[in-house]
Amino acid sequence: MTQHLGMPRQASWAEDAVREAEAEGPHIGAEHRSREQQVLDRIDRARARRPRVKEPRITLAHGAGGKATHNLIDAIFLEAFRNPELEQMSDAASLQVGQARLAFTTDSYVVSPLFFPGGDIGDLAVNGTVNDLAMSGARPLVISAGFILEEGFPTEDLRRIVASMAAAATAAGVQIVTGDTKVVQRGKGDGCYINTAGIGVRERPIELNAANARPGDAILVSGPIGDHGITVMLARGELDISADIVSDTAPLHDLAATLLDAVDGVRMMRDATRGGVATILNEVAVASQAAVVLDEAAVPVRPEVMGASELLGIDPLYVACEGRFVAIVDGAQATPALEALRSHPLGAGSAIIGRVVEDPPGLVLLKTTFGGTRIVDMLVGDPLPRIC
Amino acid sequence: MCLGIPGEIVEIMTDREDFAMVSVAGVKRAVNIGLLTEDDEQLKAGDWILIHVGFALSKIDEEEAAHSIRMLEGMGQAYTDELIALAQSDLAN
Amino acid sequence: MRFVDEFRDAGKARMLSTRIAGLCEPGRRYKFMEVCGGHTHTIYKHGLEDYLPETVSLVHGPGCPVCVIPMGRLDDAIAIAEQPDVIMTTFGDMMRVPGGRGSFYDANAAGADIRMVYSPLDSLKIARANPDKRVVFMAIGFETTAPSTAMTVLRAAAEGLENFSVFCNHVTIIPAIKAILDSPDLRLDGFIGPGHVSAVIGCRPYEFISREHRKPLVCAGFEPLDILQSVHMLMTQLAEGRAEVENQYARVVPYNGNPKALKVIGETMRLRPHFEWRGLGFIAQSALQLNERYERFDAEKIFAVPGVRVADPKACQCGEVLKGVLKPWECKVFGTACTPETPIGTCMVSSEGACAAYYNFGRFTRDRVKEATRA
Repeated sequence: MTQHLGMPRQASWAEDAVREAEAEGPHIGAEHRSREQQVLDRIDRARARRPRVKEPRITLAHGAGGKATHNLIDAIFLEAFRNPELEQMSDAASLQVGQARLAFTTDSYVVSPLFFPGGDIGDLAVNGTVNDLAMSGARPLVISAGFILEEGFPTEDLRRIVASMAAAATAAGVQIVTGDTKVVQRGKGDGCYINTAGIGVRERPIELNAANARPGDAILVSGPIGDHGITVMLARGELDISADIVSDTAPLHDLAATLLDAVDGVRMMRDATRGGVATILNEVAVASQAAVVLDEAAVPVRPEVMGASELLGIDPLYVACEGRFVAIVDGAQATPALEALRSHPLGAGSAIIGRVVEDPPGLVLLKTTFGGTRIVDMLVGDPLPRIC
Repeated sequence: MCLGIPGEIVEIMTDREDFAMVSVAGVKRAVNIGLLTEDDEQLKAGDWILIHVGFALSKIDEEEAAHSIRMLEGMGQAYTDELIALAQSDLAN
Repeated sequence: MRFVDEFRDAGKARMLSTRIAGLCEPGRRYKFMEVCGGHTHTIYKHGLEDYLPETVSLVHGPGCPVCVIPMGRLDDAIAIAEQPDVIMTTFGDMMRVPGGRGSFYDANAAGADIRMVYSPLDSLKIARANPDKRVVFMAIGFETTAPSTAMTVLRAAAEGLENFSVFCNHVTIIPAIKAILDSPDLRLDGFIGPGHVSAVIGCRPYEFISREHRKPLVCAGFEPLDILQSVHMLMTQLAEGRAEVENQYARVVPYNGNPKALKVIGETMRLRPHFEWRGLGFIAQSALQLNERYERFDAEKIFAVPGVRVADPKACQCGEVLKGVLKPWECKVFGTACTPETPIGTCMVSSEGACAAYYNFGRFTRDRVKEATRA
């Protein structure tokens, strides 16, 4: 039965949040209703504040690749480990060891289900780390593989995953040279988790960085977006939806090299994993303090991915890929860059999807197919948990 | 919450009562058509329906849809005609 | 995508935009309320306001069923979810809505089992697959969604399921519109009427608006051209001195609604004497609950629900935003204490909430952006 206790209580967390915000100064919008811009400026300042993690416990949002993840990394990891290299927050760290310039990266894989159309967790584990190295302009060399297996996990499934990893490593030209295995009790591990770390050689004299983007640059994507995230979502079987979509997982080292060989004005590259293309572009806008303007009609999305996204009410711009990257290139070299990408089998669906402009700094804007404009903000929450 | 998507019936399922397999841009999902079973016409493959949280809420009236578009196109044509007439009258001056 | 792409055509939009501008009387400002949260979302997602003259403004109304749920009801849902062997299921939108003690995400982190489902039928599936658990579906939505909940209850009854129940928060649209019309703060010229609610209830229930309040209402579809065409139809009515109910969404909305849908609601549910709406207070006969015949599926009869009432923080102005009195950015906590990641109120959390739509999609001033996005 629903009783109705008369006196309403207060939500203390909300009262605290309001008090803190008020301490920062009076709100302008309420008094000067026409001064919308002042309110927006104040919001920009609030967004630029040092992030803090107020939640007492980790939630799924912290793993989505969006705002909560960034806050967690900034406020907890970066705060504790702080050093100049880590502050770069690149896909891969840069190391100078004697004469050699190396790239070093790591990633963990918790995808559910483990096997899905187009690949499995093994493919992701190798390709994901290879790609992080490739995105920093390095040639991938070697990978480590750490496994956390759950008691009761079928050995045959492990063989399949490992076979995928071996094949993926060969295709990417890397060797798996070291690793580790742990087993946890039944119920404590969800089958199989994998961590891979990778080392690559930075042979090119380039520095790729999100902060390098400048007004006039062109934004390219290497193919249709959202295939992987939607595939995994449907493969969970909870949604009763079937479609002819497969994961786009692929090693991008060769495609990246093709681009870097063709043009010298590449500012940065990043593969669109958790959080999708929208997340990368937000990172670029903030790092370079420029604005990104996207053309919705130019963003390649397969009709089935569009259909599934509409059905589920999610935006493909936020859906993970595992074999696509975003490249920011000097505007004057956009055409040869596109041609170079399209000349490669993995880049056949490449497109120029937007450009970098000066104002308003830190924002990503979208010109909709309808002809209007809207913002594409950093992801909040987690529409698609455990995608990679 | 108002999320309603148009989908095309691919087949009326025979093994499950009140269900049809519906396609949205090639993505297929079984949709419950129980809210549309008291219309005079039976639903069939090729019909379009509005899907909301796994149920078909309404049958899309293709004639009405075409009518809406035609109205907009007609207005568009009239609008273009007006612009042309306006331009010509200016030139005449 | 058919029935979608045709209604997103930019060329027709430009033409309608000019027509709408042509119908504006010099010196007059126009204010239309779009009642439905889905319309708010479309307007911002497609940048529709770029096509309206400066003198025509769209005001957001209370048609967001997530937005009108008071914090206390969230706490009640969490209280149910925390009871032994309960799996709570709900639509995705609800997972981040903050109650007095946090959201469903937070409750999960503390050990509850609250799962996102796409359809109430998915909730039945979970009940069948977990006979030793008690599965609860938190039902939200206006009359659009109530028939789906009703059909699910009928199915559960037919299958003799004993571990499934519904925590019913369905609300009805007409009392909300009446509350708007009775509000002294608001001077509206007309309404963009709900689309999918009307697919169930038809257009007749709105006739009192034109008859008694002399304001036009146009039932609109959810693609941007639908809304723009509806604005044009409203402006035309005003120019011609008419106040009628018109149906722009005739491809989906039958004027007399969906009789089967209304029938199953009537079979399984009844109106509550009153219900608390966030921002609008207690409204009589404005919400649904399961009736006596189906009360074995009513979570409020099965579980001890505390009936918590949590006062909105004083600074929270969701109520005024929901009534269209305040624009999102005029709320004192908009964008500072209240953001999509740290929402104070429901308007910021639901994908159909006005504040979320403005913050996520529209957070810029027109002139700065026109420069940036010029072709």
